[in-house]
Amino acid sequence: MPKDQGLVSWKELAPGMFILEPGNSVKFKTGDWRAYKPVLDKEKCIKCGICYTLCPDLCYKKDKDGYFIPDLYYCKGCGVCAKHCPKGAITMVLEEA
Amino acid sequence: MGKKVAKEVSIAIADAVAQCKVDVISAYPITPQTHIVEHLAELVNNGELDAEYMPVESEHAAMSACIGAAATGARTFTSTAAQGLLLMYENLFIASAFRLPIVMVIANRSISAPISIWNDHSDVMTMRDSGWIQTFAENGQEAVDLIYHAYKVAEKALLPVAVNIDGFTLSHVIEPIEFLDQKLVDKYVPPLRMKYKLDPKKPITMGAIGIPEIYTEAKKAQDEALKASYRIIVNAWKEFEKLTGRKYQPVETYKMEDAEIALIIMGSLAETAMNAVDLLRKKRKKVGLLRFRLWRPFPMKDFIRAIGKVKAIGVIDRAVSHGSTGGPVGIEVRSALYQSNKRPKIINFIAGLSGRDVTVEDFIEFFEKTYEAISKKPKFSYEIYGAKE
Repeated sequence: MPKDQGLVSWKELAPGMFILEPGNSVKFKTGDWRAYKPVLDKEKCIKCGICYTLCPDLCYKKDKDGYFIPDLYYCKGCGVCAKHCPKGAITMVLEEA
Repeated sequence: MGKKVAKEVSIAIADAVAQCKVDVISAYPITPQTHIVEHLAELVNNGELDAEYMPVESEHAAMSACIGAAATGARTFTSTAAQGLLLMYENLFIASAFRLPIVMVIANRSISAPISIWNDHSDVMTMRDSGWIQTFAENGQEAVDLIYHAYKVAEKALLPVAVNIDGFTLSHVIEPIEFLDQKLVDKYVPPLRMKYKLDPKKPITMGAIGIPEIYTEAKKAQDEALKASYRIIVNAWKEFEKLTGRKYQPVETYKMEDAEIALIIMGSLAETAMNAVDLLRKKRKKVGLLRFRLWRPFPMKDFIRAIGKVKAIGVIDRAVSHGSTGGPVGIEVRSALYQSNKRPKIINFIAGLSGRDVTVEDFIEFFEKTYEAISKKPKFSYEIYGAKE
């Protein structure tokens, strides 16, 4: 059973459904909740980092060229980054089924 | 073995809690529970009990504080009744789902409205499905013994325990009480060592979200834990018997060996009911009495065994389940028997609401109506007994 999606047997749960491993939420895939994904147009991007600052899931990370790139393993597609990008460099694109 | 001393049952309960060396007491006073928490406050104030007493602003906070304290591995106690229990309500379910060994005494009192300070079981029956272990005392000695037992069981099963005592009828009477020697208490209730607790050195998460993919498994695990606590509860009573000679079992029976009909009751009214049994036995009526000492987890096997070969059972409830098919105990008993080969007739009375006396004569009438139920189908699914027309 894929444990990163919370699929475990009731017998494997710690009492009280406690989580015994600190910080294990990084393993939890929330990317599959997404309907629209953010797509960056590097031509327009000024690397201001507003997307990085506002992302509620802390998905954005700086790459070696200084662009902020969302980690689609976590990105839920909320669109906050696209809404607030001062240059309109981020477009929300419908995920293909 | 300790000698018997005359004590108000509330004071005796507080003394037993102190003997169990609780770390944190968090409570808000409400009649008829007040004397229990007042006495504990006094013990802490006098330096006789080394515990943190938290005089919180509400019962909601009282249970929250117990949850927080228990989560760090502290031994906790609280007590409440009626509206106080209802104000705790949402936290009761969190305490049990978190598997925290909190012990609470409920001095059972009617729920408002109309406002009433007197005794029935309408308060505790609202938390029937909350995942707490629930026991009911018949007298002061049993109330005290159930406190020791509650800590023993809660900490082994990792589940909260509610010990129920009838408000006033038990809480405010003076009875001869035999306490356990402190050495025996220390042996029976050893220091609490929780495997999983809130500890900065070893961080864990409590109260994470239960998404649809895992909520069912969490509830299944909790339900299995409550069912499994049955063994722990029974074994703790067996160990208690070895220490004290006082025998307790999940379902108490009185003159059931050859009984043709029986009544079922919970709490202190059983003593009155026993008088009625004795009177009818003198007239050669084969009547008996059952009492649930353990209510959750429901002691199914003990119950089926205890009813023997009775032809009819009269269930006396102390709470109304409005718009339902019976009182809470009546519904439970009917449901328990449905899958059983034994199918005695069931008749259900709701009596003794808000402290109204249920006398020996009333119990004799219950027995008579239960006799009639053998041959005649009752006209009612349940009857609110004694309501003036």
